[in-house]
Amino acid sequence: MNPPSLQKLLDTFAMFPDPADRIELLLSYADRFKEVPPDVARRPFDKSHQVPQCESDAYAWAVKQPDGTLALHFAVENPSGVSAKALAAILQKTLSGLGPEEIESISPEIVEQIFRQNISMGKGLGLMGMVNAVRALAARARS
Amino acid sequence: MSQILDRHYANPDVLVSTDWVAEHLTDPKTRIVESNEDTLLYAAGHISGAVHVDWTSDLNDQVRRDYVGRDAFNALMSRIGVTRETTVVLYGDRNNWWACYAFWVFQLFGHTNAKVMDGGRLKWEKEGRPLTREVPQYPATSYHAPERKDAAIRAFREEVLAHVQRHGQLVDVRSPEEFSGTRLHMPEYPNEGAMRGGHIPGARSIPWARAVNTEDGTFKSAEELRALYMEQNGLSPRNETIAYCRIGERSSHTWFALKYLLGFENVRNYDGSWTEWGNMVGVPIEK
Repeated sequence: MNPPSLQKLLDTFAMFPDPADRIELLLSYADRFKEVPPDVARRPFDKSHQVPQCESDAYAWAVKQPDGTLALHFAVENPSGVSAKALAAILQKTLSGLGPEEIESISPEIVEQIFRQNISMGKGLGLMGMVNAVRALAARARS
Repeated sequence: MSQILDRHYANPDVLVSTDWVAEHLTDPKTRIVESNEDTLLYAAGHISGAVHVDWTSDLNDQVRRDYVGRDAFNALMSRIGVTRETTVVLYGDRNNWWACYAFWVFQLFGHTNAKVMDGGRLKWEKEGRPLTREVPQYPATSYHAPERKDAAIRAFREEVLAHVQRHGQLVDVRSPEEFSGTRLHMPEYPNEGAMRGGHIPGARSIPWARAVNTEDGTFKSAEELRALYMEQNGLSPRNETIAYCRIGERSSHTWFALKYLLGFENVRNYDGSWTEWGNMVGVPIEK
């Protein structure tokens, strides 16, 4: 079961079956993407934070907050990584502030629910890699 | 990277530079066409005045595995405001992989007045050139394509089998792992796999991306391409050649390099490729 914040967003995407509308929605998230702040990470980024399989050269970080929740941050190095930026913005918006257990419970299948036909096979697996990277960071923060 | 003319291609006119495109943004005789793998990219920003051609919905038949017919192609060209006289300049992501694929489909309908922007999106972006989200509208044209002619540049399975039996030149442009059969699909494309791994007997393994400079997506010089295809792999430009990959998109990039940049006289793209050959019953396979 997805955290309510993520489920609410998935429900919103479900209301846009038309590919053109969905593109607009995804772009609106990509436009809101904010790169990892320098107090969390600076270039050259630590390769241990690089998302495997992601052709957009994405990086992910999870910073534990005093209340035990996680703050998620991302970097997308490929200038054409629009899909990766959109997903990063979505994950940051819906998962930051949640506990590690909740974040770890999300499924990579949310990529298909969000992007649907606006995704190629290769890009889809790369984006699932971003979700799995976040889950792995959450698992590490929990242990 | 050197100027296109300095690279001594057999047909340099088929490539244009990013500078050339920047100077022809409002040329009414030119239509700039973006074709990508990533369906978000065009909407996220494209060259001013460029139209979008989607390889799945615009170029492929939506029911059977084939390309669009003449009527659908006419409708596409009309929609993007192209006449038979318009110079079409294609560019896109992934080192122009999909731009070359669209170029190849355009040739099935004889739109020879077509070019590829050397370096594609990558070079344009790396040069810091502007992109826009404004989608241009052009008056619909009345485009009359001839019937699609596959024979000269498209190979079918029976022709490939006959080609194998007479030991013809074959170029496998997939990854080395796909060629050797250790992998049944391209990395990260599991749904485009096959029942058997390996390659068509006699094929040379020359991955498609070796024809481009990775830093800016431009094509390598004719000298470098000759070294790759002819000296290292023994291909002759006078011999009939068939290129293939998984569904015929990567091999359209190699087809473009062999036919136009090196001047190979008879090159065809086997778009059935490994998703057909590796699933067919009884055809010969090498590992």
